[in-house]
Amino acid sequence: MTPKGIFLLPTIDIEALGLDAGAHLLIKQALLGVAPGERIAVVGRSPGWEAQLSAWCRSQGHPFALSTQDGHTQALVTRGGHEAGRWRGALHTGHSDASAVGAVADKALSAWGMSARGATVEAGSPPMHFRLDQKSEVWSESAADLYAQAVAAQWNPDAVIDWKAEFDLPDIVEDAVVQVLTYMIENEVAALLVPARFLAQVHPHFREVQALLAIQVADEARHIDVFTRRLRLKGREPALSTAGGQASLKTLIDEPDFSVAEFMLSVLGEGTFVSLLLFLHAHAPDPVTRQIAMLAARDEARHVAFGMTHLLARLEQEPEFRSQLAQAVQTRNDTLLASSGLNEEVFDALIVLAAGAFTPQAIAQGYLRVQQLMRDMAEGRQARLEKLGFGAAEAAQLSSLHTRNFM
Amino acid sequence: MSNSLQSPLMMGAVAYAPKVVTIWEGFKAYFRRHDFEFDYVLFSNYERQVQAQLDGGIALAWNSPLAWVRADRMARARGQVATAIAMRDTDCDLSSVLVVRVDSPVAADLSALKGTTIGFGAIDSPQAHLIALDHLRQNGLVAGRDFTARRFDVLGGKHGDHIGGERDAAVALMAGEIDAAWMIDGNHQAFSREGVLPAGATRIAARTGLYDHCNFTVSPGAPAAQIARFTELLLAMRWDDPQVRPLLELEGLKTWLPGRTSGYALLERATDDEAFYDAQGNILAADYRY
Repeated sequence: MTPKGIFLLPTIDIEALGLDAGAHLLIKQALLGVAPGERIAVVGRSPGWEAQLSAWCRSQGHPFALSTQDGHTQALVTRGGHEAGRWRGALHTGHSDASAVGAVADKALSAWGMSARGATVEAGSPPMHFRLDQKSEVWSESAADLYAQAVAAQWNPDAVIDWKAEFDLPDIVEDAVVQVLTYMIENEVAALLVPARFLAQVHPHFREVQALLAIQVADEARHIDVFTRRLRLKGREPALSTAGGQASLKTLIDEPDFSVAEFMLSVLGEGTFVSLLLFLHAHAPDPVTRQIAMLAARDEARHVAFGMTHLLARLEQEPEFRSQLAQAVQTRNDTLLASSGLNEEVFDALIVLAAGAFTPQAIAQGYLRVQQLMRDMAEGRQARLEKLGFGAAEAAQLSSLHTRNFM
Repeated sequence: MSNSLQSPLMMGAVAYAPKVVTIWEGFKAYFRRHDFEFDYVLFSNYERQVQAQLDGGIALAWNSPLAWVRADRMARARGQVATAIAMRDTDCDLSSVLVVRVDSPVAADLSALKGTTIGFGAIDSPQAHLIALDHLRQNGLVAGRDFTARRFDVLGGKHGDHIGGERDAAVALMAGEIDAAWMIDGNHQAFSREGVLPAGATRIAARTGLYDHCNFTVSPGAPAAQIARFTELLLAMRWDDPQVRPLLELEGLKTWLPGRTSGYALLERATDDEAFYDAQGNILAADYRY
């Protein structure tokens, strides 16, 4: 490509390159150098380039003419105005960098559709209705950081868990482990479904939140997988699932408000679950369960952190939203009054699991540990509620109303 | 034909591809937004569409260039007049190109085409058959005498709108089954983009003169006021309008232009020399099925 000076017009030489081999890119670029209505000259030497160029100009709306000067044929191409027409009235969608001024809109428009935040969107693009299109409904400034942490902290169960570790538990203790894992799997299914359901409703403009929910779903899928693998390690099938436990989880799935769901699931539920996982890490009778519990606890702690930062941001803007959160805990408690809460099998299994053996002395020890777990869970909930601005008395009362199913 | 302004203006179009329904439904909605009643009838081929124009069934038709030639001839034969009121910017000044493999001996004088097999599009394709044959005849080459013509017939009666015939010929060219293939100029780049013609593997050996393509043909005796309003609204369609742009993109244009009939001379000559229609618009081509 050598611009030539023999013509007065800006001239582009496509040399032997045909328009069946990419020459249109050179011409397109040259046209960008002149205003609509102005001309460039094109010369070339691939056989039939004039016919190709004439066809391309016709399809692009650029007027085309041929002229011969001193035995040289050149094409005169006038830049048409249609390309600019396509972008008239185009929509601007903020900036990709969330920290830039005006990067994230308070309300994301349906006309932005699935475009990348910061892209220019052609007018007339099909509107897509995402239910969660208000920044205050979903946003957390720390979503991007938490997502990055989550990416860095992903773990491969085959690499980090010693599945071949040798242990042999008494049947009754192994049964207890299997019962606790059966219960934990259904809780993790709820923890997968809640973000998954919101994921498709969050406007893609809030990309950091979308990414965080997506990786949260992946975390839970991994937990379900490793709990199942541990449960089957000694040839067992999952044990009992109670109506009361599922009723409690169903209230999480049914919650339509993103912030309330985050509060119930992450702040109260997964927060409580972190205590349970740390308990299993400390007291589970076999090394595989102890390893799994630690790895899952780290993931769950990130989920709690997102819920907390999102709610802190929302409460800062809408302090009155706190009463809606309190109301939600009360309503859930009312809904679950008729159910038993944590099933007896799970509670008893936790004692046996923490006992590690089926002797009066071991059971006494296990019982004390589970009592301590209950206190740890309640204190953790209360501390998080106070951090969200609830007074100590109200925090204690709300914590006590939390489902006996833990999650 | 009713002249009542209350009844919709009826237009004919040929269903050469499924998108045709999308296009004309979109136009119908556009006209309705401007309080103009418009409806369309789909034909499976241009021959019956032109017949309907002369029988009074439709007030206008979106016609291929060959359908225009026939409508014009049939109207004249009856002492009537068919007119072309609008066309796409992309219908003006097309050419067809004869594509050969890059190592072909065929040069500018085309003499090396003697004894070869040349690929053409559908029998009723103006761009890839009739005008192409005419170009060779003007250069002293006649099918059957000087070269073997191999037709790639796809969907007779669609007048080559379905470019499948041209694509099949391009595939046969690359497979070495034929020595050269005709196609509309823009398809050389289009087939390259699709990968049918590898970049740099072919070259253009010949190019026809310029000709025009489709137009809106008004039937003899069509209601003048409705036609005038139709034309006015059509020419007012703007690429900048995001509601209209998708229709224009589907139909392959940037702007509508007033119709002209000065660009059909090559096809008129080809129609006579290749004996496709007679002067009254009767079909002469014996092996034409539609």
